[in-house]
Amino acid sequence: MNGDPGEAGGRPPLRTRVVLGEAAAARRASPDPVRADLAEQTPVGEALVKGLVRAQLALAIRLSLVVAAGLGALPLLFAVAPAVGRVKVLGVNLPWLLLGLFSFPFLLGVGWAYVRWAERNEQDFTAVIRRPEA
Amino acid sequence: MNPYVVPGLVVVVLVTIGIGAYGLRFARTTSDFLVASRSVSPSWNAAAISGEYLSAASFLGVAGLVLRYGVDVLWYPVGFAAGYLALLLFVAAPLRRSGAFTLPDFCQVRLRSPLLRRLATVFVVFIGCLYLVPQLQGAGLTFTTVTGAPYEWGALLVGVVVTANVALGGMRAITFVQAFQYWLKLTALAVPVIFLVLQWQSDGRPAVTPPTGSVFATSTTVVVQQDAVLDGITEVHAGQELSFAAGDRVPEVSSVDDNRGAAWLLPGGDASLFATYSLILATFLGTMGLPHVLVRFYTNPDGASARRTTLVVLGLVGLFYLLPTLYGVLGRVYTPQLLMTGQTDAVVLLLPEAALGGGHLGQFLGALVTAGALAAFLSTSSGLLTSVAGVVFTDILHAERGGSVRDFRLATVLAAVLPLGLSLYVSNMDVSRVVGLAFAVAASSFCPLLVLGIWWRGLTDVGAAAGILAGGGAAMTAVLLTVMGPPLDGRYAQLIAQPAAWTVPLAFVVMVAGSLLTKRRIPSDIGATMLRLHAPEELRL
Repeated sequence: MNGDPGEAGGRPPLRTRVVLGEAAAARRASPDPVRADLAEQTPVGEALVKGLVRAQLALAIRLSLVVAAGLGALPLLFAVAPAVGRVKVLGVNLPWLLLGLFSFPFLLGVGWAYVRWAERNEQDFTAVIRRPEA
Repeated sequence: MNPYVVPGLVVVVLVTIGIGAYGLRFARTTSDFLVASRSVSPSWNAAAISGEYLSAASFLGVAGLVLRYGVDVLWYPVGFAAGYLALLLFVAAPLRRSGAFTLPDFCQVRLRSPLLRRLATVFVVFIGCLYLVPQLQGAGLTFTTVTGAPYEWGALLVGVVVTANVALGGMRAITFVQAFQYWLKLTALAVPVIFLVLQWQSDGRPAVTPPTGSVFATSTTVVVQQDAVLDGITEVHAGQELSFAAGDRVPEVSSVDDNRGAAWLLPGGDASLFATYSLILATFLGTMGLPHVLVRFYTNPDGASARRTTLVVLGLVGLFYLLPTLYGVLGRVYTPQLLMTGQTDAVVLLLPEAALGGGHLGQFLGALVTAGALAAFLSTSSGLLTSVAGVVFTDILHAERGGSVRDFRLATVLAAVLPLGLSLYVSNMDVSRVVGLAFAVAASSFCPLLVLGIWWRGLTDVGAAAGILAGGGAAMTAVLLTVMGPPLDGRYAQLIAQPAAWTVPLAFVVMVAGSLLTKRRIPSDIGATMLRLHAPEELRL
């Protein structure tokens, strides 16, 4: 490989430098009509992006409230009503079952719902952007 | 000594080096080295993230804590898993779309501030070390427990294997190694637990919390390690041997802090609500700020696959965390002597032989869990080292002036020396507690930075730096006080021992207030940045 620009006698160097984060490279991407509409921040483009961000954030917050209510309230519940801790299901105290067993499928279920709905939000956004182009 | 242990450990180390060397054949350029050329499939990637995440604290520490303290500490595994849900909801896809490889990169992309970048570098290195030292120590302690060889050899062995593997193979190799180690760790806990539960059934289901207090399942000899008082009456001295017959009650030892009877079985033993919520905040929000977790997201091809990968990770990690609890509970029946010695972290290693007897089955399963423990040290420390080395490579060696593979190797060695040295000279730090503290620092520094940076246009570099310094700095001070300072007592001790409940809100408040006061510093291209973080890649924006 002839990588040294000086040695190459004026030809552009063949080697490309790897830049971590690729931030600069992505920002200089080639112009594209769709990109221009959004990235030049016309009021319409700006409103669309804000709408998407708001929808995704609202979804994330709603689901974290579900977790806060479902899991986060448990220590308080156990403190306020100690009798709950003494309830036995199949010979095991309820707090052990709730924390040791059921919390994990619960978290997974919430995550699954989030992925589904977040992807739907993105599809809606894509559809709005693409419609005028089609 | 168990004859299967040494072959088991040798196999794990050889397979790790072997997969690393196999990966090396593909690692030709710096980008292969660091980001695996993005050719890693989501299922491999998810197994690798899980393999990297499940450290000594998860593999050994959680079972040990459950054995000792009971139901209250189940918040550790729940929080360790729930951290991935918070990561999924608030960070995964936008972070991948930002193109940031490390946390300092994210500061650069989002806020364009070299100063903030440097501050983030300091925190990444601090959190990395805080997490790496106990891994190496855990390795040393396991080595001592199992082979009887000196502690330093275990820490050095793991340290050198990990450094060599990261320096030679880079991340491509690490991805396959980590994925292998997830499945190894899961198998190493899941297979023995089947036999343990069957044994417990055939023993007539001995009670976990007998009404008269825990009893010895077999006749046991306990060697006293330090002077203590048994049951508040009998004084014993270091070196003394105490013999107990099967069915004898396990005495309470003054020098060991543990929960007995109802305090173990029912919530709210001695953990206060403040400490519980502090732990919940630290673990739920800390995961997204751990340097070795974020690096992995760069190996996803796009934001949507980053989300799916995180979901698979949540499933894999949740599956794993079902197991340590069982070890802790069965340890109550079969290894109650650990409650006297206080070495509860060893329960996973000792339980198979204690429950199944010293026959071939017990020894073989004992070797299997030991191999799993080694995998836990190897994988987490490899991941941490890769990420700390990545930061040292870009931000301290300034590799953008022509980063070479040789520089990355140098960065790896530099990043390994300090924690390795510390782990040899500081040996009284408690593994699971230090890991919990690392979560608290991450939750009080990087969590607000990521969440506000991704979702709030108003964040400024000054606000972010102030928030990280206030919240992260406070958490860091609390950690240093806890680890190195004198033992604290009184009503403020909890605020230092479990700082997250006040440092996380502090970081958020200072970050928001600081940003509102410096509105003029909001980056002018914020619209474009938000677009890039949130718009799906299929638009090719």
